[in-house]
Amino acid sequence: MILRRFVASVAIIFAVVTLVFVLIHIAPGEPCPSDEPVDPAVCSELKQQFGLDRPVPEQYWRYLVALAHGNLGYSFSLRRPVKDALVETIPFTLQLSGAALLIDFLLGLLLGIYQASRVNRVPDWVLGNITLFIYSLPTFWLALILLLLFAEKLGWFPVGGASHPIFCPAGVDSAFCFADRIWHLLLPAVTLGLVGAAGTARFQRAAMLDVASQDYVRTARAKGVPERRVVLRHQLRNALLSFITRFGLAFPFLLTGAVLIETIFAWPGMGRLAFNAILTRDHTLVTATALIASAVVVFGNLAADLLLELADPRLRVRADVTTEIVTV
Amino acid sequence: MTLGTWLALVVALVLAGELVRALRQRALRGNRDRWRRFFKHRTTSWGIGILTFLAIVALAAPLLAPYPPNQQLDIVQLKNHGPSWTFILGTDVLSRDVWSRLVWGGRVSLGIGALGALVAISVGTVVGALSGYYRRWVDTVLMRSVDVGLALPRIFILLMVVALWDGLPFAALVLAIGLTSWFGTSRLVRAEVLSLREREFVMAARALGMGGARVIFRHVLPNAAAPIIVSAALSVGNVLLLEASLSFLGIGVAPPDPSWGNMIADGASEIYSAPWTTIFPGLAIALVVMSLNAIADGLRDALDPREEPA
Repeated sequence: MILRRFVASVAIIFAVVTLVFVLIHIAPGEPCPSDEPVDPAVCSELKQQFGLDRPVPEQYWRYLVALAHGNLGYSFSLRRPVKDALVETIPFTLQLSGAALLIDFLLGLLLGIYQASRVNRVPDWVLGNITLFIYSLPTFWLALILLLLFAEKLGWFPVGGASHPIFCPAGVDSAFCFADRIWHLLLPAVTLGLVGAAGTARFQRAAMLDVASQDYVRTARAKGVPERRVVLRHQLRNALLSFITRFGLAFPFLLTGAVLIETIFAWPGMGRLAFNAILTRDHTLVTATALIASAVVVFGNLAADLLLELADPRLRVRADVTTEIVTV
Repeated sequence: MTLGTWLALVVALVLAGELVRALRQRALRGNRDRWRRFFKHRTTSWGIGILTFLAIVALAAPLLAPYPPNQQLDIVQLKNHGPSWTFILGTDVLSRDVWSRLVWGGRVSLGIGALGALVAISVGTVVGALSGYYRRWVDTVLMRSVDVGLALPRIFILLMVVALWDGLPFAALVLAIGLTSWFGTSRLVRAEVLSLREREFVMAARALGMGGARVIFRHVLPNAAAPIIVSAALSVGNVLLLEASLSFLGIGVAPPDPSWGNMIADGASEIYSAPWTTIFPGLAIALVVMSLNAIADGLRDALDPREEPA
């Protein structure tokens, strides 16, 4: 069962790679356009070197063969292997999304649980409107506003980059540089985490209230179980099940955020790399970043599904239920 | 701002406010349970009010914008001029009136939001209905395509399409956004149709010899309307945010025409010297999306079958 889903996931990623490959090749534009003064001899030599003179199906086949050998190709815009660029940028994206996810889930869960325990009272109403507002903000706009407030006006945080260029260049590890990294990380991570947390809080509140109307919660109350215990043991534990689905959904949000936030904060991660690759029409780099992004989303979903089955014995009986869980 | 524009603004405000008040009072006094539940929350009523107001403003743009949106008033004297009584939201780096651009940009942004969502919801509904109703290979093919569509964050696909086909016309931009935004809806509709198709009234319709299309559109889909309507409200906000993100990255609505997204993009480089050029379009986006989310919350409450009296 797990194996079948794993194979299905790989098939989806393969389809994404194919789709991206096709999109790039049917897009207008060609190597060595006529309005650029390039020596035709140089041009044809370059085309030959990169295999661009061959028919598209053959290029596709050669790309797949190379991919099967773990070779992601060579990026023209960066003049280096795609793999090197990815190895360099992915850790930065992981740091950013990891920190954002932490803020998102911790803050979101706490708020959601608190709101559900005060449902339809003043704190719930106030927090509900605040989370609704933050949830509706464009992340890139929030990034600019936080930048304006905390970097420019107050000067508490740097305006961009991932580390101090002189004291902490790439490859230097020290306690100071670790602190420096956190300092650079905080603003972008909070931006992304805050918007995520607002969504998580709304989601968690609804999940808690959904459970609240279940018979076993009423029974627990009727038995005289203390309110605190009802909320934490009966409501929360069951509401956390749907939270696992939310975990699977967080990946597309984080990747989308990465593109925008990394661009604004000059964070040297994969999102910015992907965006620049698209602008420079660097097709090997575009395909590779799309491959990584879809792999993250697909396997994130798979992991959430498996985790949900592990956590909820009811689903093991009806194994196909998880695939029917609908996402809005 | 002249007296005329102020007057038009006040009229728009009063119009939106009165409209919501009238609707709300009718709903609360009437005996339609759904409408009462819908208007129960103040947040939902506010959402409708704000959205109506902004829609009126966008529609009446010629009356409400004191200057043409792309006119550079005085590049020397009025560059990055702060908010004042003449320029209530200030001017931007090219000395254009931010309020006028916001009003005209509202047409573009709200237009893309509504049209893109229309495309997304239509395609999503049809795909979901076909998939759920016919099942078998139709379902397999369609739902596997949806899996692929959901596997790649859509901003990647959109960036590629919009950046690689440089300078897409407005309609193509709307289509591109709409055609990458229907995947979630189709799953939702499919799940609904799957359960509806087993119900007696659908079987009866089929037994009477009705064709597939007629059964789907006349009998199945009207009963699946609730999640589709909620999904539509959310979809408008999502599309609006997508357009804003693309325009912010410099590849959405082409300048000099204003959209709220490219206004933020214009303002971003001037954010320290002229923050108002960034703040106001962002607030406009936030207001619209927030209103739509509030309306979706209200709709969810109103259309929830569990609340329906037996």
